[in-house]
Amino acid sequence: MSHPMSHSSLHAQTLTAGYAERRVLDNVNLTIPAGQCTAIVGANACGKSTLLRVLSRLLPPSQGQVLLDGTDIHRLPTRHLAKRLGFLPQSPIAPDGITVLELVSRGRHPHQGLFNRWRPEDDAAVVEALSATHMEALADVQVDELSGGQRQRAWIAMALAQQTDVLLLDEPTTFLDINHQIEVLDLLTDLNHSRGTTIVMVLHELNLAARYADTLIAMAKGNVYAMGAAAEVLTATMVREVFGLENRVIADPVTGKPMMIPLGRHGGVAHVQD
Amino acid sequence: MSARPESAALAHLRQLRHRRSQQLWQRLGLLGVCLFAGVVLTLTLGQSYTPVTTVMRVLGGAEVPGVGFTVRELRLPRAVVALGAGACFGLAGVAFQTLLRNPLASPDIIGISTGASTGAVFAIVVLSLNGPAVSLAAIGAALGVALLIYLLSWRQGVTGGRLILIGIGLSAMLQSVTAYLLMRAPNWSLQEALRWMTGSLNGARLDQALPLLAALLVFGGLLLSRRRDLDALRMGDDVAAGLGVHLGAARVTIVLAAVGLAAVATAMTGPIAFVAFLAGPIALRLTRQSGALLLPAALVGALLVLLGDYAGQFLLPARYPVGIVTGVLGAPYLLYLIVRDGNARRTL
Repeated sequence: MSHPMSHSSLHAQTLTAGYAERRVLDNVNLTIPAGQCTAIVGANACGKSTLLRVLSRLLPPSQGQVLLDGTDIHRLPTRHLAKRLGFLPQSPIAPDGITVLELVSRGRHPHQGLFNRWRPEDDAAVVEALSATHMEALADVQVDELSGGQRQRAWIAMALAQQTDVLLLDEPTTFLDINHQIEVLDLLTDLNHSRGTTIVMVLHELNLAARYADTLIAMAKGNVYAMGAAAEVLTATMVREVFGLENRVIADPVTGKPMMIPLGRHGGVAHVQD
Repeated sequence: MSARPESAALAHLRQLRHRRSQQLWQRLGLLGVCLFAGVVLTLTLGQSYTPVTTVMRVLGGAEVPGVGFTVRELRLPRAVVALGAGACFGLAGVAFQTLLRNPLASPDIIGISTGASTGAVFAIVVLSLNGPAVSLAAIGAALGVALLIYLLSWRQGVTGGRLILIGIGLSAMLQSVTAYLLMRAPNWSLQEALRWMTGSLNGARLDQALPLLAALLVFGGLLLSRRRDLDALRMGDDVAAGLGVHLGAARVTIVLAAVGLAAVATAMTGPIAFVAFLAGPIALRLTRQSGALLLPAALVGALLVLLGDYAGQFLLPARYPVGIVTGVLGAPYLLYLIVRDGNARRTL
């Protein structure tokens, strides 16, 4: 199961995008570090999901462009791009009655032509995706019978079977229990380490983002507020300015990474002194 | 990584895949057998019973007094047109339902079939056309209606719900246009009117099979070529696009093909109620297929029209056109869908 560690680079150049009259992204410039795990954080409606949609060419920008290894993604044939860049939306729809195996096999879509039959390498890719996500034993189970965490693993397995260098995920941990959130993030980190897949995900949970991402992008008002290693980005000032939340940031006793503690008005906050 | 050797995992996978496809072919085979039995039934048992052997001889060209006309001119054209039109409606319905991920989005609900019917009636009554020109008028009108629905439901993008409601409204308007045209027609007959309002196989002729066959080959083939895109579209537009489906091209091709199928079938038989609407969901429940339901839906559509027509002719106290029978079948399901709590995750 060796993969060439081919790191694809993804650049956003002067990106402006939005819906109808509402401009959501305003002149965004950034480079997604190749071969790394990047998390995008920010308050609701700051443009983080829109950025992900533009990066994955689901939403065409009104200005600027997204370059994959130097080529504008809107100039690449859709199928060609889908072999290099995968995207998993926030709550994908599983067709009634589909089994895990069938769902994961759908990931081979861009690799199959009009009349190509199923090939041995398609089988190999599916086996590998099932094994990497520990879903082999559930291959014959229907997706709507799975638990939330298993279902998300099945979808990630589908994206893996697509065998792309870059994988974009919109809030892959939403609606999951904390143990399943950790399971999914561990899994994505494994993929990043073993295959060198460039991972970009929108995350809500700041502390998990700081813990799992090599690079954090904090967004505010349609632009990048800060970008860099978690220690540089996740600061009390950032959280105050981006989320409007009084907070303290301390070192996580387990990992040493920054950990944000919100200061609400209740819950014993009065006893915390700076 | 897997504790099991790779080859064992692969073998297991192939076995699962094999079992699943075997299951599908069994169900398709069963549908095929039902269709065949239905055809045998309609050819042999009508007002009078004709033994299979006699039917075979008549179809082989032999002259059997008293039977030749019944089998060759009445029963055979009816059965053939029923199969062709039913398959067209079934394909058109499942294509629209899959594309818009909504069981209500079938062409007979959102006014595509009604539009085709209005176009055909206009061509016959006002323009005095006949033959292929009527089919073309039906296709043109159906495409026009599809475009109109799309434009009217466009608000920075099209959502399924708005599109369906606008389609239902247009359908009602077009139905009254059809009724108006029929009442103005010089040789207005109840038979004709029923055909263009609800669909009927009365007066089916064997030469009508040709346009139906052509539609199945051309438009059905076009749909079949988009089979994998339809598979992917069942998982939503975003997932499909992420998997490399060119949404714009896929939508245009699928809508064009589905409109063509519905329009040609309507031009031959009238808008047989609810066949397009019912075929996909029935096919889904019969086959439990996660993929495009094209072939199963075509078979179910053919079976619905064939048996609906038979029931309308012989099993009910009076003779009813097929559209009335399928309408009675479809209406409760429509009500059920509307009453059912909006489970947005259900796609068909």
